Amino acid sequence: MQRAYHIFVTKKIKSNVFVISLIFFASISILISQSILAQEADPMLGKKLFNANCAACHKINKKSVGPALKGVSAKYDKEWLYSWIKNSPAMIKSGDEQAIAIWEEYNKSPMNIFPQLSDQDIDNIIAYTEYNPPAVVSTAQQTTPAGNNSSSISNNIILTALAFVFLLLIIMLILVRRTLVRIAVASGVELIPEKKVTKTPIWKAFVNNQFLVFLSAIFLLLSSAYYVYGYLMQLGIDQGYMPIQPIHFSHKIHSGANQIDCKYCHSSARVSKHSGIPSLNICMNCHQNISEYNGEEDIASGYTKEFYTNEIKKLYNAVGWDEENQVYTGETQPVKWVRIHNLPDFVYFNHAQHVEVGKIQCQKCHGPVEEMEVMYQYSPLTMGWCINCHKESNIKVENNEYYAKIHKELSKKYGVEKLTVAQMGGLECGKCHY
Amino acid sequence: MSSNKIYWKNNDQLDPSNPMIQKLEQNEFSEKLPLDFNNNDLNIKNDSTSRRDFLKYAGFSTAAAALAGCEGPVIKSVPYVVQPEQIRPGIANYYATAIADGYDFASVLVKTREGRPIKIKNNPDARVLGSPNGRVQASVLSLYDSMRLQGPKLNQSKISWTEFMEGIKDKINKLLDENKSLVILTQTFASPTTQELIDKLKDKYSNIKHVIYDTISESSSLDAFENAYGFRALADYDFSKAETIISLDADILGDWQGGGYDVGYSSTRIPKKDNGEKFKMSYHMQFEANMTLSGANADKRIPASPAVVKKILAFIYAELTNYSIDVELEPKIHQAASLAIKMIRSSKSKAVIVSGIQDVSVQELVLAINSLIKSEAFDPKNPKLIRQGNTKELLEVIDNLKQDKIGGLISVGVNPVNNLANGSGLAEAIKKLDFSATFSTKMNETASASQYVGALNHYLESWGDFEFKSGHFLIAQPTIRPLFDTLQFQDILINLLDEELDYYDYIKKYWISNILAGASFKKAIHDGGIILPSSKSFNEIKQLDLNEKAFKLAGSKHEGMNLILYSKAGMGDGQQANNPWLQEFPDPITRVSWDNYLTISKSDASNLGLKNINVANGALNGNYALISIGKNELKVPVLIQPGQAKGTVGLAFGYGKRLGLKEEMQVGVNAYELYFNQENVQQISIKPSIEFHEFACIQLHNTLMGRGDIVKETTLEIFNTKDKEYWNPVPKVSKNHIETEVTSPEVDMWQSFDSSIGHHFNLSIDLNSCTGCGACVIACHVENNVPVVGKEEIRKSRDMHWLRIDRYYSSEESFEADGKIKNDISGLGESLTTLSQMERASENPQVVFQPVMCQHCNHAPCETVCPVAATSHGRQGQNHMAYNRCVGTRYCANNCPYKVRRFNWFLYSNNDEFDYHMNDDLGRMVLNPDVVVRSRGVMEKCSFCIQMTQKTILDAKLEGREVSESEWSCACSDACATGAMVFGDVNDKNSKVSKLKENNRMYHLLESVGTKPNVMYQLKIRNKD
Repeated sequence: MQRAYHIFVTKKIKSNVFVISLIFFASISILISQSILAQEADPMLGKKLFNANCAACHKINKKSVGPALKGVSAKYDKEWLYSWIKNSPAMIKSGDEQAIAIWEEYNKSPMNIFPQLSDQDIDNIIAYTEYNPPAVVSTAQQTTPAGNNSSSISNNIILTALAFVFLLLIIMLILVRRTLVRIAVASGVELIPEKKVTKTPIWKAFVNNQFLVFLSAIFLLLSSAYYVYGYLMQLGIDQGYMPIQPIHFSHKIHSGANQIDCKYCHSSARVSKHSGIPSLNICMNCHQNISEYNGEEDIASGYTKEFYTNEIKKLYNAVGWDEENQVYTGETQPVKWVRIHNLPDFVYFNHAQHVEVGKIQCQKCHGPVEEMEVMYQYSPLTMGWCINCHKESNIKVENNEYYAKIHKELSKKYGVEKLTVAQMGGLECGKCHY
Repeated sequence: MSSNKIYWKNNDQLDPSNPMIQKLEQNEFSEKLPLDFNNNDLNIKNDSTSRRDFLKYAGFSTAAAALAGCEGPVIKSVPYVVQPEQIRPGIANYYATAIADGYDFASVLVKTREGRPIKIKNNPDARVLGSPNGRVQASVLSLYDSMRLQGPKLNQSKISWTEFMEGIKDKINKLLDENKSLVILTQTFASPTTQELIDKLKDKYSNIKHVIYDTISESSSLDAFENAYGFRALADYDFSKAETIISLDADILGDWQGGGYDVGYSSTRIPKKDNGEKFKMSYHMQFEANMTLSGANADKRIPASPAVVKKILAFIYAELTNYSIDVELEPKIHQAASLAIKMIRSSKSKAVIVSGIQDVSVQELVLAINSLIKSEAFDPKNPKLIRQGNTKELLEVIDNLKQDKIGGLISVGVNPVNNLANGSGLAEAIKKLDFSATFSTKMNETASASQYVGALNHYLESWGDFEFKSGHFLIAQPTIRPLFDTLQFQDILINLLDEELDYYDYIKKYWISNILAGASFKKAIHDGGIILPSSKSFNEIKQLDLNEKAFKLAGSKHEGMNLILYSKAGMGDGQQANNPWLQEFPDPITRVSWDNYLTISKSDASNLGLKNINVANGALNGNYALISIGKNELKVPVLIQPGQAKGTVGLAFGYGKRLGLKEEMQVGVNAYELYFNQENVQQISIKPSIEFHEFACIQLHNTLMGRGDIVKETTLEIFNTKDKEYWNPVPKVSKNHIETEVTSPEVDMWQSFDSSIGHHFNLSIDLNSCTGCGACVIACHVENNVPVVGKEEIRKSRDMHWLRIDRYYSSEESFEADGKIKNDISGLGESLTTLSQMERASENPQVVFQPVMCQHCNHAPCETVCPVAATSHGRQGQNHMAYNRCVGTRYCANNCPYKVRRFNWFLYSNNDEFDYHMNDDLGRMVLNPDVVVRSRGVMEKCSFCIQMTQKTILDAKLEGREVSESEWSCACSDACATGAMVFGDVNDKNSKVSKLKENNRMYHLLESVGTKPNVMYQLKIRNKD
């Protein structure tokens, strides 16, 4: 039975897939045929070329290092564009007015030459710049809320109806009882009131039982001590601390989706005790070009594209980047980040020691940062937590001349193959407290 | 033989029957548990706080603490908008620069963290003045002094620099129009470009006269050099080439002629085998009145008043030139002077004679003698240029000022109102001038009398170029942007000259065209400078008629009481009087901090009825005395100084300033008030006073408790002829009636740590090359965020120095012998004569300096008694101290035989009771971010700079290599210019320190206690028979 059902389901899915792919291919072919007919250039091929060659300096709808490319075919002659893209400096040199005008408008920054692009390629790129993707109407999204609404309403109605029925039943029972009593009185049946038995109440019994009182007192004391201890021990431990930052920086997008190495931004973790909060010029390495967010959204949490783009604007504001004119204004507003990982002053912790020498992944202490939309403190950062790791972790002696002699001698002394950090002296007080 | 000498720390100890001393000897902890805050123990008894109240408070504070812990503070981190390439948080950068504040001149490395200078270090590339003294080490705190001038002022109200510049230009032009003269009074800059700028200014304004003066004058030495060689400079001396050093009142290890001579000096003080069997070392003879560092280090010290020293010089000169003068000398002095002549004759060109007497003829004779014997240590061809002052011109200016012959005065880096005698009269004269301007980093007395006050940069904020020694050019670069609205004086000069360049470009232009000769300017900045052949054209010594001068000197007479003004190792000329590190620095000789005082010999003191008294808690009180020259009178506390020449008293410069200083730092008396004509020897009269002054002297805080073998010394003769057993025996204990060395495991009841694997740190301190200068004490303070506790607390023996330099006196005879003589006295007549004989011990004692820090015992007594295991042993030989674990029982300090543990009686930062620059953000910028600031109730001590050794290890790990020997260092060994302190890994058998451990001279402090310390000492050898 179960198995048959399973097969049935798969079949259904398969048939669905089939239908969908049919529709998809059909629409694609229609699209392709349409575009071939209309423009003889392929915006999809153009997109690839655009991303490979142009995206570093140009955007479709916005100024970047170079001008926005939307409408460029209307503004300039096609032949002019061919020669400009293939070799712009030559045109400037030749004294072409349009060329010089654009060169001067963009701070005389020369455009790369692209002799490898054919006229067809350029057509494709231009086609892409003019291409309007067909609007996708998401009916599902619009319908679901309505459905949700109706179901909640019906639930309420059912509940009210039920409550009404129960109320009716109660009233009826009372009425029936009353009628029965009346009949009984009328028929001369004597009603003997129930005799109340005087029992000692349970609390009195409890109070009288000294042993029980004693036992529960101990239980109470122990459990409160347990909770007080637990409370006191978590004082100053901020595991899970997730403050709201002045700029909503999503590690999930940067480190997760875009796969940027942690140490690209936190570069001083390699050499210094501090991992360092990246200075804003590091952000601008990428964000000079990436001025809006086009990735996935999490609408339920409010993380829409506009939201993220707005956060990028906050960065521009802080670093003093004039998006319009593509220049730094010099008016900066340093960002006051809220520090999440706060070690007490009396602890010396060195990132370089752990990251470079110990070759520990950042995630070991900081948790799955690449999944964190909002950064939080993953580890308790207590001494016990440090010590545990020092007891368990081996020293990375490979290719490190420093350890050659000391590791050989010490491992012989302790009779182990690989020393732990603790055996190397990683539990000595003075190694972290000075 | 000498190793069983008896040492004493204080005059009172010479009298074994002194009840106070006996009490202190018996009572290790002279002090009761303090009950209140700061002072007034009496109040406690009347206090109404009961046990119940205490419990209430305790309960409340526990609850409060728990509540406070509930919510952590929100900590903000603000990264750079654009991070400079060189700055990486957590990594120190080092910049070569130079200090030239008019008194201290040094080429230094500045350690900066996150763009803040936090430490001054030696510049190993510098060939001259590359080892900063304690004052230079401490100067980094003066950068963060909140009392600095924060912007330009006109008549004490703030104005902008544009207004300021317009104002002074107007005034100068007006003076020029009215044909009134303008005097620029400056410190010694020793800067080629500054000189050029001033010359240009003089060309532009013909009415300008430039006069240089040094706060503490070397004018007569400069005059003598000028007479002999034709220009103003100071002959340089390389003591490393000297076998015999005869010093006539020249503090060659102190600030004599700008200092910096200790490096060369110390290199000759360690006995070396010189192609023979015998060990050799230099012989140093010191004739002096005040007890100085040089006298303390000398092999033979002869106390003599300045007049006697002059006679001695005449005698030596006469003997060496075969010129016959009849010089009257006491037999003892005559004997010593003859010995000096004998030594000079036998050492020939390996001898050198120097003098600190401020007298032109004396200095001329010294130059003549050195040229006569062709002294190799004597170098007039590459003279020093770090003193340029001219007292004669200065006095002329002062006279003209008072007679209204001068229209305007600009003073730069000098404070004549404070540091010249009769300064108040000068202030009145300055106030009457048409134009007066003072350029200074701090508000001072001259500035307050001037119309315009220009706020100058600290040297760590400035560009600069210098020529300390002829041919030795240095560049100073800023290590931080100006903290306040300040400029450097050269900027002002450039502005006055209407030049287009800024000072950096000016230096660059000047260097490229005049100095570098094609070498890279950037490299010169990086290295801190460049060395070229001497820039001075050199004439041979002029033949002066010195015989007559010698004859005159031979006739000098000592009259009355001579006051000899000197500078202390900590305070110098007093520019940095607002620096708490320097105020708290105990003077190497007297061990008094936070004060200056009149040093006087014991016999003079008893004649005058002046007393020093040790009070119950080990603190020192001393009588005041009134000293006067004419109408000028000063009330000064008196400190009896063993070794002070009779008929002389000493008083240190640099104290008693009031303006620009925090209240806590306004201590001492202003000795400049008696600095008439910039002569450091003055005739005075003394009147005793019955009032007592309370000193903050750490002298008697801990007594030797009868352990005399704490310092060991012997003579060169014994060292050369006898076995080690004789002069450096290892203490023995009896086990089963067999004498066994304490180092033997047989008699050891401890289980040893295995320290054979990995690093094992040891520190070796050579008592022969340690001069006691104290640069290490300050360096330790800076590196380890050691708090300053203030005078009151020091008096209660709560000083926090992790590293102290103990100073011990010893007489030539043993102390026990003295006691015996005393007991044998019969009758009054005999007792008077014998007692006066006994006094000789304090007449001319020998001095030993011994730096003591945590000894990092392998069998540490402190570790075993800590109830919470806050102090524990590391495998690398360091005795760890986990501050956050410490609960403050102080058992460890009680159990420490070396008394090196320090207790935080209070919170010293962010505490209004202790305003030593740690209460504001500015002052705290100097803190080393790698070392925690300890809180109240916590024990602390030397950590062997574990943050530095750990950093060295980490660097090696990051680079995947072994640590090379030269990388190990700690703050004290880094700062030690003479190389007396050597830090390193004894498991590295080729290292310097492991060889020193095998050295015959090596001993451990109180070896008999069996603590097996990781600090070792090299026994002191004196070059005497």
